[in-house]
Formats: sequence, structure tokens, C-alpha cells
Amino acid sequence: MKNWFRSGTPWIWLTGGAVALSLVMVIGVVGLIAVRGLSHFWPAPVIAVEIENLQTGEMRRVLGQISRSETVPAQVAADAGNYIPEDRFDTLVTRYLFKVGNRDQMGADFVWHTDLGMGEFAYPDQALVLERREWGDFFGYPEALLVDGEEVLTADDPDFLSELQDLVERSLTLHDDIRRIERGEVGEINRQLEQLRRDLRRLDINNVTGNARAEEEARVAAERARLDAEYDVLRAELDVLYASTRRDTLRMRMSDDRTVSIPLAQIMRVTQPNNMSVPAKMAEYADRFWTFVSSEPREANTEGGIFPALFGTVTMVMVMSVMVTPFGVLAAIYLREYAKQGPITRAIRISVYNLAGVPSIVFGVFGLGFFVYFLGGNIDQLFFPEALPRPTFGSPGLFWASLTLALLTLPVVIVSTEEGLARIPSTIRQGSLALGATKSETLWKVVVPLSTPAMMTGLILAIARAAGEVAPLMLVGVVKLAPSLPIDGNFPYIHLERQFMHLGFHIYDVGFQSPNVEAARPLVYATALVLILLIIVLNLTAISIRNHLREKYRSETD
Amino acid sequence: MTDLVRTEGDNLPPARSLLPDAETRMRRRKWRMVRDGISRWGITAAGFGVIFSLTLIFAYLFYEVAPILRGAQVSPQIEYDMPGLAEGATVSHLVMERYRTLGAMYADDGMVTFFEMTDGTVRTAFPTEFPVGTQSTSFAAAEPTLNITAYGLSNGQAMVLQHDYEISFPEGNVRHIEPQILYPFGEDPITLDEQGQPLELLAVQKTDRGASRLGLAGVTADERLLLAILSTQENMMTGEVTVSSNRFTLPEIPGTPVKLLLDKGLRNLFVATDDGMLHYYDVSSPAQARLVNSLDVGEGEAITAMDFLVGSISVITGTADGRLMQSFVVRDAANERTLRSVRTFDQHPGAIRVITPEYTRKGFIVGDETGTLGIHYGTSSRTLLKKSMYENAVENIAIDPRVRALLTVGETGRVQVSTLWNQHPQLSFKALWNRVWYEGQAEPEFTWQSSAARDEVESKFSLAPLTLGTIKAAFYAMLFAMPLGLLGAIYTAYFMTPKLRGAVKPVIEVMEALPTVILGFLAGLWLAPFLESHLPAVFAILIFMPLSMIGMAALWKFAPGPLKRIFPAGWEFVVVIPIILLIGWLSVYTSPFVEIAFFDGSMRQWLTDNDITYDQRNALVVGIAMGFAVIPTIYSIAEDAVFNVPKHLTQGSLALGATSWQTVVGVVIPTASPGMFSAIMIGMGRAVGETMIVLMATGNSPIMNFNIFEGMRTLSANIAVELPETAVGSSHFRILFLAALVLFVLTFVLNTAAEIVRQRLRRKYSSL
Repeated sequence: MKNWFRSGTPWIWLTGGAVALSLVMVIGVVGLIAVRGLSHFWPAPVIAVEIENLQTGEMRRVLGQISRSETVPAQVAADAGNYIPEDRFDTLVTRYLFKVGNRDQMGADFVWHTDLGMGEFAYPDQALVLERREWGDFFGYPEALLVDGEEVLTADDPDFLSELQDLVERSLTLHDDIRRIERGEVGEINRQLEQLRRDLRRLDINNVTGNARAEEEARVAAERARLDAEYDVLRAELDVLYASTRRDTLRMRMSDDRTVSIPLAQIMRVTQPNNMSVPAKMAEYADRFWTFVSSEPREANTEGGIFPALFGTVTMVMVMSVMVTPFGVLAAIYLREYAKQGPITRAIRISVYNLAGVPSIVFGVFGLGFFVYFLGGNIDQLFFPEALPRPTFGSPGLFWASLTLALLTLPVVIVSTEEGLARIPSTIRQGSLALGATKSETLWKVVVPLSTPAMMTGLILAIARAAGEVAPLMLVGVVKLAPSLPIDGNFPYIHLERQFMHLGFHIYDVGFQSPNVEAARPLVYATALVLILLIIVLNLTAISIRNHLREKYRSETD
Repeated sequence: MTDLVRTEGDNLPPARSLLPDAETRMRRRKWRMVRDGISRWGITAAGFGVIFSLTLIFAYLFYEVAPILRGAQVSPQIEYDMPGLAEGATVSHLVMERYRTLGAMYADDGMVTFFEMTDGTVRTAFPTEFPVGTQSTSFAAAEPTLNITAYGLSNGQAMVLQHDYEISFPEGNVRHIEPQILYPFGEDPITLDEQGQPLELLAVQKTDRGASRLGLAGVTADERLLLAILSTQENMMTGEVTVSSNRFTLPEIPGTPVKLLLDKGLRNLFVATDDGMLHYYDVSSPAQARLVNSLDVGEGEAITAMDFLVGSISVITGTADGRLMQSFVVRDAANERTLRSVRTFDQHPGAIRVITPEYTRKGFIVGDETGTLGIHYGTSSRTLLKKSMYENAVENIAIDPRVRALLTVGETGRVQVSTLWNQHPQLSFKALWNRVWYEGQAEPEFTWQSSAARDEVESKFSLAPLTLGTIKAAFYAMLFAMPLGLLGAIYTAYFMTPKLRGAVKPVIEVMEALPTVILGFLAGLWLAPFLESHLPAVFAILIFMPLSMIGMAALWKFAPGPLKRIFPAGWEFVVVIPIILLIGWLSVYTSPFVEIAFFDGSMRQWLTDNDITYDQRNALVVGIAMGFAVIPTIYSIAEDAVFNVPKHLTQGSLALGATSWQTVVGVVIPTASPGMFSAIMIGMGRAVGETMIVLMATGNSPIMNFNIFEGMRTLSANIAVELPETAVGSSHFRILFLAALVLFVLTFVLNTAAEIVRQRLRRKYSSL
């Protein structure tokens, strides 16, 4: 045994264990997020159970989905406020977190229950899950459908569910119409009114007086009147639509036998999970996933989708790429091809490389101070005086966020490009020069094309880093809820001064700033999953490009 | 193309050369040269631009921080004779309103004169109507924001005044300020001494805590110390104000009193005597008032000036030899409130004549007998400026509420109006990094509390708890990451087969790309509650995980041959994976039973019962989560270093009969140690600057300890939390920039050291 220890075999196993542990952790974390994130969309069965309160003997019926469960010592459960009978201390209890929904009716939509006094689980086929615009999900048994207050269909009718789905579909269409008018046309009117206000303000700033002023004021007044008239027409149209959405209601019975009438305008989705076949559940799953990726968040980001965050992330990353690529590549070419290779260049190179290790929050601080307050403030003074004191570029926004991240990822692009340039065999360069090409021709026609894959790698790594970075963005432009996307149909189409949403910040905000953590939790996992997928795909692309590149030059130089 | 081929004997006219003619060639060559030049200069410019913008980061951060170091500046602008001062009268009190257009002067003959700041012309003069046959014998001013003053009279009565400004905009946007004098407690004088002795010293203060009450303290000519408390009550129906008053005679003063102050809670009374002693009376229940303790602040010298800092907690005393001292009442260990001297300031060349506090900060302006003006600050004990303003003594000083201007008057009655720059007096090296004794605290402490509920509470900017928090987070992260990263690197580089290495390394490197916000949210929302309910499992894993790996190695000796052939040397880690999973699962599974058996059912509760604070989001959680983020950094760099150890060294060692582990310990690690060192440095740099994990996985409370079960607040998380909410250009804003600069320099130095070590190592390898 002593010899065995001296040979070092156990220590080799220990080092092997370190690798294994690291691997287990990586795979575990990604797996955890994948499982939790993906299961969010699965229509879980609805459980009905009777629970006896052992302290008072009261019976309570619970209808909901099990969110999670854990087995803990009875003492811990007692510390958490659960009633534990004397004889059950020093044993284990299992507690279940039920998602019971109906927040507007019962106060809390998530409830812990221990298994003490809990009856058998039942899976009633009738139970409906309603996804609502407000107040979260509703769990209950359907009773009847009402149109204009008249009962038209009761729940025992075989066509009840399909009829309900049709009516929900109708109200969703109406809702889309309303939204289109409010966001599109009314929004456009508001934008023009704001423009008119600025026109007037500009008169003051430029000290326009006399005739010119009167003319301009008359024009603005006429325009304003026209817009007001247009608005009145739209308003009337909207009123009709709103009235129409209020037509249908659904009467539901809750687990405690109270009945509740829910306007169909409130309902976004109806499912009967206990009565669904596996393929139907899979279809539902795909549909929910799509809704998650493509729709807007609701209820302080704890419900709905992540589209604006996804869109904001992608836009920000694209604007950043446009800025970081040329500068990073040119700086790398300068350092490798033009700069005199000496101690100064070496010092610069080390400094640039080291910037990659400077904490990202420092870049955020710089971005806020220099870009937003200094540059942005001056731009506002020069170009947007009529909007002041409301800042245009003088407040955090997309452009400054992109610029900050461009600075942050510049070293990544420089390092990668330099590596690519260094890999080009000097024979190729000399060949080109020997044929009489100038240095710039050699560079742009031979060296740069050959090293594009390296630049691509650098760019992709930069994008992957930027997509996951949150700390600097919190300072220079990300918000929890942006009223409009940074790109839309209004001139100039891409609004660089707007604040935007970001997947990473969305995770932070929903997970830690949200009023309803339990409701938000699955959403955070799902968002994290989307972000991880985005970044892993980008990274794997970069790695495969790099490997491909290495192989290519290895064969060419050999 | 064939027609271009010419053969001999062709009698076609000679075709034009396909090459462009000489002139075109010349032109093109020139153009190529121009393009070459453009490209050269363009790239050089871009390169310099990038390098410049990266240096700009450092320069800009420094530029934002620099004003912290600047002292104050006073530049005299206008000078004139004191307006409205009658022959033989002297200036009792001087004030300035917030728009710096009007000054107000209280003279000792009862005349209150408001004058234009710009040229000293009198706007309005209000004479105070003293009762017939009396004159003023003393003067007192309450907290500066209250605008309340009082004259003590020769018949034992006092007149209480309040100056006020009415702001109107008579013609558009031109501001007009109309001064007025009010008598909030009636125009009749208030009797303080029923025996009618002259009031030699007076103190006045008003409190709005509970009912509105006025406190008047006075010392009579025969050295009795008196206190009167007046409360006003407004009749709900008639709106009539009735004033009721209570008078108390306080315990005797041990000495000849020279200065008197009453705090605005009407609880503490301070009397200075001519022997340099400062006496503290507790008057919170005036009937049982008592002398609590006396401080020798003058050390033999007489106290010549005394005033409160804003908030009326700290007393600043100035002595005849120009020394300044701050004292305040402290609740000591026995819960007894006593007066303690707290700090001193730079000495002045002559006796202190006047002390004027700022309106919202703990700063104060001092004028002395030699005509020197001093600007000091309480919390940071900084002296920001000492400047000679007059040939002879400074008589009185006023400062505007926004600290932009100074109004000074000399003994000769010359008034000077000066602009003042004093933006960041509360910051000094000492205030940022040393213990600071804040008002009301029992002893000096390291505290970070950047915003307070009330204006007059001093902000506490100690970077020490944040720095310690940063180190604490990085320490626990490294504790977790270093063994895993380094050992893993050795195994991957040295023992693993090349094919496996090609598969394993990228997987661990992908870890590096995981956004930290995801790790942070997992740590905060999943790991923290999990650890809280499975604490025994953590310790079980810590102990049994390495043991089980070694145990597996021992068992493997007896593994059947076929199994050994499937997993030959270099595959050990695959064999270990099931053991890891098994031990992990067992630890978690048995954790509740362990809690029931050994910790009365809840280990968390058990820790609390044993006086160990347990926060759910603590350093353990941060250590694991941040360690997770740092592992790939360390692993990747260390692995490169180990892998690049020249093969002939290890082969030589093996050929001499060493086992492969002995080769690792004896040859590989010593050779690669600089690389491992640089891996640790870079990992540390990452741990120090990491923001999101700390932000989400700790409670962000700025505490000063190394308890693994408590949280911390780091420099980076502090910036992320506070920067968006602070006012641009404020001291707080600049401190956060300083924090960023500290982080920048720290990580830059760490990384540069690591990079230099790494380059050396590379050269060493190539020479081996």
C-alpha cells in the first residue's frame, strides 16, 4: 500500500477526478437549465387533491399543477411555518409547491403543502387551465359560456371545448386589431404631434419672429387639427372593437366551489391538460415555445414572451459588430504588418491583450461617463436643442451600449486577427512581393483574404462575449421594459438613441427584481436556455472555424 | 486568342503592344504608390486611433477622479463697506440666501439690514423694537436652515426673530426676492429670567419633532444657567396661536461661562467656560437636567468660538491659540451618553473668532484674529483651504446654502464677496481607507453607506468594506477553482490520450463562454436555497469526494482484466464519473437524516444557535458559482503550460525510472509552474472584477468579515447597483469612478504580470 501511494497512482486518479468533476459540473449546469427551461412549456397534468389541516381538522381542496417538491426534515418544515404534529418531529416530510393560479381570487398563486394529511392525487379530465392577460393562470372547472350575458352552452356539451377555442380565437383576433391600431396608427399620430411640438420649440430657440413665425404657427395649428380629427376617427373605431371584445364570458368553478366569470378578452389560451393525447401535448408544446420566443412580455415580465429582449440583443450585437470589426482588424493589421516590432509595440500588444481581462463593469463606467454624459450631452446641445431638457443621445441607449461593448470586445478581435495574420506563411507574402505587388496589394489581395476565417473567429467570439455581457449594459442602455423596439417602420428606421431590452438583463431582472419570483422562475430558466443556446452555437462555430483554419494552413505549409 | 500569336514573316503591320503605354504605366504606378501610401497611413491612423481610445479609458477615469484630490478655492470678487451699520454697533450675525442676491446682517443694536450682494446697497432695514430702557446683551442663532435668531436683553428677556424670503416672478422669468422679518413666537419679548438679570449668553433652537417647540437657554449676569421651552398650539377653530412656556433653572456651571449652545432636539446643552472646558448637560427632561461630563478641549486656552455642524450633533470649538476640535455625544458601552472629543483640525495662526457651518454638509468655515480664513470638513477631518483675507481679524462669515459663495466681514467693517469651489470635501485618503468616527457612533468604524434617509446625516464612504468584500469573494472562488483547475489541467495535459484531450478541453472551455448572468441566477435562485437545505451534503462532498476518488483507484487494481482493457490508463476520469455521481447523490440523499441525527433537524438553525450568522446568499454560494466561472480560465492557461513542457524532459525522467507521477511532481510542475502562476493571476483578475454573479448571489451588504456563511458587497457590484442612481459629478459619482479605476489598475497589473511571466516561460521552453 505504501508503495502504491509512493508510485503516485492515487494522485493521478485525484487529478482525473478533478477533470471528471469539472465535466460533471458543466454538463450538470447546462442540463439543469435545459431540463428546467424546456419543461416550462410542457402542459403538465392538473392535480386535484384534498388536504386535511391536521391542526384544525379543516379539509381543503386544491386544484393546480405541482411546481416542485422536496423532502426535508420535519424541523425545517416547522421552521418554515408548517404545522408538524408532535410525533412527526425527527422524521422527513415531503412538501409540494402547488401552482394553484387564480391570483385575483385567492391572493397567492403558489402554495406549499406538506404531505401530512394529504389525500390521493386525482386528475380530473374537466379541469381547464386558462392563460390570462392579467393575474396569471386560472385553474378551474368550466361551467358555461355566456354571450352578451346569455348562457349559450354548458360545460357538459360535447362541443364545449371546441366552441370555447373558437371564441377565444375570435377575441384574440379582435385584440390584435386593437393593438395594431393603437400601436401603429395612433402611435404614428402621437409621433407627428411630438414633431410639431418640436417645430414650435425650434422657433423659440432660433428666435424666429414676424411673418415666418406666424406662417409656421399656422401650419402647425392646421396639422394639429388634422391629426386630432384623424385621432377621433380611430378612437371611435377602437371603441367599437373594445365593445365587441366584451361580448363573451366564460363561467368557471374554482376548487372551493366559488364561480367566477371571466371575460374571454382576458383569455389568451385554453388547455385541458388531463384530457390531451401525447401528440396534442407536443403540438401545444411547440406552440407555447413559439409564443415564448415571438411574443412580448406581460405582467412585469413574469408572463409572456421574450421577443423584445431577443430582438434587442441581436440588434445591439449587430450594431456592435459593424463598429468593432473594421477597427479591430485595422488595429491588428497595423500591429502585425506596419508597426516596427520593438519593445514599444510589444508593450502596446500586451496592454491591448490585457484589456480583455479588465472587468466589464469598468467599460460600463467609462461608457456611461464618457459616451453618455460627455459625448451624448454635447450631441444633444448641438443637434437636438429643441428636445431638451429631455435627452436624446444624452441618456443611455442602443448606440452607446453597442459602442461600449465594441470597446470591450476590441481586444478579442485584435488578438484573433493577429493570430490569423501570424499564421500566414511568410513564403506567401514574399511570393506576392516578388511578383511586384506593393505592400498594400499583398495585404489586401493575399494576406487579408487568407486570414478572413481568423477575423470571423474573432468576430464570433466577440459576439458571443457581447451577447452574454450584462454588467456594463446595466449602465449604458438596457432597461427592463422598452416601450418600442429599436428598429421599426418610422424614419430613420433604426433608432440608435432608444433604450432596449437584453436577454441577459432580462434574466437578472425577472429573476431578482420581479414581484412574483415563483411565477417568474420557469421563465428565467427558459430565457437562460435561449441565451445559452445562442452563445454555445456561436462558440462552437468559432471553434470549428479555428480548427478548420489550422488544418488548412497546416496542409498548405507542409 | 490565336490571332494574337504572331509568327515570323507576317506582313501585317506591327500590332500595338498589349501593355499600356509608358505614360499610362507611369500613371498607374503612381496610383499604386498612392494607394499603398493611403493604405499604410490609413491603417496606421486606425491602429493609433484604437490604441488611443483604449488609453482614453484610463485617462478618462482618472480625469473624473481627479477633482476629489482638489482642495477648496475662494476668489474674492467684490469689496465694500458694511452697509447699514450704525456708529459703534458691531455685526452679530451674517447670512446669505440661496440665490446669492441678498445678504442679511444682524447688528448688536437690533438692526437687521438686507443688502444687495453685488454692490452693498441697502434693500430693506428692519429695526427690532426692544422694550423701553433695554438693550441687547447677547445674540444666538438656531440651526442655519431654520433662519431663527434671538437677541438676549438686559432685562432677562429675549426677542426671537426669523428672516424669510418671498420669491416672486413679477415680469416673466426675472426672479424677485423680497426679504421679511417674522416673529414666529409673537412680537413680545419672551421672559427667560424672571429675576430680570441681563442675559449674558443665549442659545436658541426650534424642534419640529412632535409638536413645534422652541428652546431658549441663557446665562445671566450672575451666572445662573436657565432654560425655557415654549410650545405653540394653533386653535383649530380660530387659527389663534397660543404660546405656553416652561422655565427651568439648570445646575450650576463649574466656571465662568463664555459660550452656550443648545441642540435642535432640545436634549443636549453645551457650555464652554473660560478655562477651556466644554460641559455637557443632558436636558432631555429639563426638570432632572444634569451635568453629564466635561471635556478639556482648550487644554488651558480659552474657548473663543463655538458652533454646531449641521444637524446640531457635532460641536466645533475654537481656542485662543487657534486650535479647532470636533466633539459629539456618544452612547458608550454602558449605554451612557457622554461627550467625547473626536478629531482635531489644522491649527490656525491666531485666536478663532467665528465658526460658520455649511447648510447641508458637515463642513465649516473659520475666521481667526489674524484675518485668515479656513475651510474645514468634519467627517474627513480635512482642511481644504487656509487663506489670508484681511489684515486684521475676521469678524463674521456667511455661506450660501448651495456652497457657491462666501460673504466675509472684517473687523474694520470691510465686506468681501467671494466665489467658492468646494465640491468634494468629504473625501480624503483617510476617509476612504481608514476607520472614521461618524456622528453618533460609539467608535470609529469602516462603513459604506452612500445615501442616508435625511440630508444632514453624513454619507459614509469607506472603500474598506467593499475592498474586503472583493477580496473575500475572490478568495473563496479561488479556493474552489484553483485545485480543480490546476489538477484538471495536469491530468488533461499529461495523462489523457490526445484524442480524449481534443474532446474534453473544448467542453471545459465552453464553460468560459457561459454568461455570468446565468451562473449568477442559478447561484441565487437554485444553489443558495439548495445549499441552505442541504448543508451537511456540502461538507460530506468536501470530505468524501477526494477520498472516494482515491478509494476507486485502490479498487481499480482489482478490476477484472477486460474492464481494464476498455478503460486503459488515460481513461481514469471516465471511471471516476459514476463514483462522483454516486457520492453526490448519496450526500444529498442522506443530508436530511444527518440533520435529524446531529443537528436537531436543521443545520441552519443549529448554526444560528451557535452564534454563526447564516445568510442564504453567502460567500459559499459565491465561491462555488464564481469558482465555476474561473475554473475554465485557470484550466485552459495552465493546461497549455503543462502541455508545452518539452517532451524530452519528461521522457528523460521516465527513462531514469521515475513513475509518471514522480515525473509530474519532479519535472513537469516545476517547469510549468510560472505558467500555472500566470493562470492563477488571470483567474484572480477575473474573480476580482466579476459583477453579475456577486450581484445576484450575495445579499450585497457591505460588511467587514470573512465568514463563509455571510455575504459581501464587492467594488464591481457596488458600481452596478449605485452608479445609475447617483447624481452626475457628485462626490458619490466620483467615488464610484475611483472604484472603477481601482479595479482597472488592479486587474491590469495582475494580467500584465501574468502575461510577462508567460512570455518568459515561452522563451524558456524554446531554449530547453
